[in-house]
Amino acid sequence: MLSVKDLKVSYGAIEAVKGISFDIKDGEIVALIGANGAGKTTTLHAISRLLDIKSGTIMLDEKEISKMAPEKIVSVGLAQVPEGRRIFASQTVFENLKLGAYLRKDTVNIENDIKHCYELFPILEARKTQLAGTLSGGEQQMLAIARALMAKPKVLLLDEPSMGLSPLLVKEIFSIIKEINKSGTSILLVEQNAKMALSIADRAYVLETGKIVLSGTGEELINSDEIRKAYLGG
Amino acid sequence: MYFITYLISGIGLGSVYALIALGYTMVYGIAKMLNFAHGDIIMIGAYVAFFALSRFNVPAYLAVLLSVVVCIALGITIEKLAYKPLRKAASLSVLITAIGVSYFLENGAQLLWTSSPKMFSSIIKSGALELFDGQLSISYITLLTIATCILIMIALTYFINNTKTGSAMRACSEDKGAASLMGINVNRTISITFAIGSGLAAVAAVLLASTYPSVYPTMGSMPGIKAFTAAVFGGVGSIPGALLGGLLLGVIETLAKGYISTQLSDAIVFAVLIIVLLLKPTGILGKKKSEKV
Repeated sequence: MLSVKDLKVSYGAIEAVKGISFDIKDGEIVALIGANGAGKTTTLHAISRLLDIKSGTIMLDEKEISKMAPEKIVSVGLAQVPEGRRIFASQTVFENLKLGAYLRKDTVNIENDIKHCYELFPILEARKTQLAGTLSGGEQQMLAIARALMAKPKVLLLDEPSMGLSPLLVKEIFSIIKEINKSGTSILLVEQNAKMALSIADRAYVLETGKIVLSGTGEELINSDEIRKAYLGG
Repeated sequence: MYFITYLISGIGLGSVYALIALGYTMVYGIAKMLNFAHGDIIMIGAYVAFFALSRFNVPAYLAVLLSVVVCIALGITIEKLAYKPLRKAASLSVLITAIGVSYFLENGAQLLWTSSPKMFSSIIKSGALELFDGQLSISYITLLTIATCILIMIALTYFINNTKTGSAMRACSEDKGAASLMGINVNRTISITFAIGSGLAAVAAVLLASTYPSVYPTMGSMPGIKAFTAAVFGGVGSIPGALLGGLLLGVIETLAKGYISTQLSDAIVFAVLIIVLLLKPTGILGKKKSEKV
């Protein structure tokens, strides 16, 4: 479905992603794990075209997307839940959800999808007329996920959904991610919380200073000694 | 009665400042830049209306429309040619470019139309509404100015808060990256903002030239600076702030002219600005910027 080949991204003279290749098959959850500064977010931003790539290709269903304008990416079926949520704080929850469906023309279905988001995250319905900036961290994360779902993506890119949340909330968010995946959306999950990510991922790649150093199924990696030592605390 | 007369003419002048300030504040809100060429768009708008009215004898509403269209086209062109290539440059480069564009327009106008002022004939008949046996008189152009400003404010507020494009504009002003993740074309949204600001400047130009009937190449710089002050006064980036700032500035200026001194009126206006900024650095309705770490 989504395949990245030999991707290189640099900030000026500094190369943050040094030629990585990976792919996500239809219906999979693929995790990209690694420490702070490994290049995870850079990779996601390159896929969403928030950053220009230096070389390499990014294909979505046989379609080259690495040269597309950033605002076109969502229309081919890729939506991102960015790091730090980046919800529109001065707009209401409802307006945020509508912005998620910005490019869609099917007004009737949009209403239904908003209802569906409220079913997935009942708290958002209770807060629909509230300004998004007044939500708690967990609620904002839910809103960011719901907003991305409003674009009806084929592949959902999630950047650190566990960041700054209590363990209980992290569990809740991850079970919702699984639920979203079950209803047919492929998922690329970027996480520092390797344990949580590997527990739900079909496959995972380990990124270290811009390179993929390890890959395998979630189960393989969670049981590998290297991963235990480096990311899971012994 | 003098006080009320001053007050109303101050509100009239303030309405013009508010219309111009809207352009500054909207562009700042979205493109995060101070468009110092904004005042010169007023001058171009005034020349277009002048030529349309005096050379081609078109009806007033057509002259206004023509002026709005030309200014919108000019605003979009300036943004495309001068500011868009600098989207990722330091803000100082953009500021200096804006000053350059301002000089370009002023000198271009001088070259084309000479620096001698041209007499602008008001778009409506002169005269005044006399109330209380002629004790209170309000000129028709002041009434028209105030009414226009109210209408535009209502329309603009509705547009920003209730349309898809308005929502996209608010999203861009908050977070351009997140906005483009939604599929919002950020460049197009910036163009639309420049178009709206320049269109409002054209309306302000015609109202201004009808009140002070002389058109010359540097006529936009003083109202431009005043409107910029108004925008800062109210809180730059805030639309109600631009309105409030514009009105306050107009009223303070007119009252200072009436009661204290014509020569000192501008100094008084800026003194009040300094005091406001000392007490509230973000302006009256400015948002406090909190940085999350």
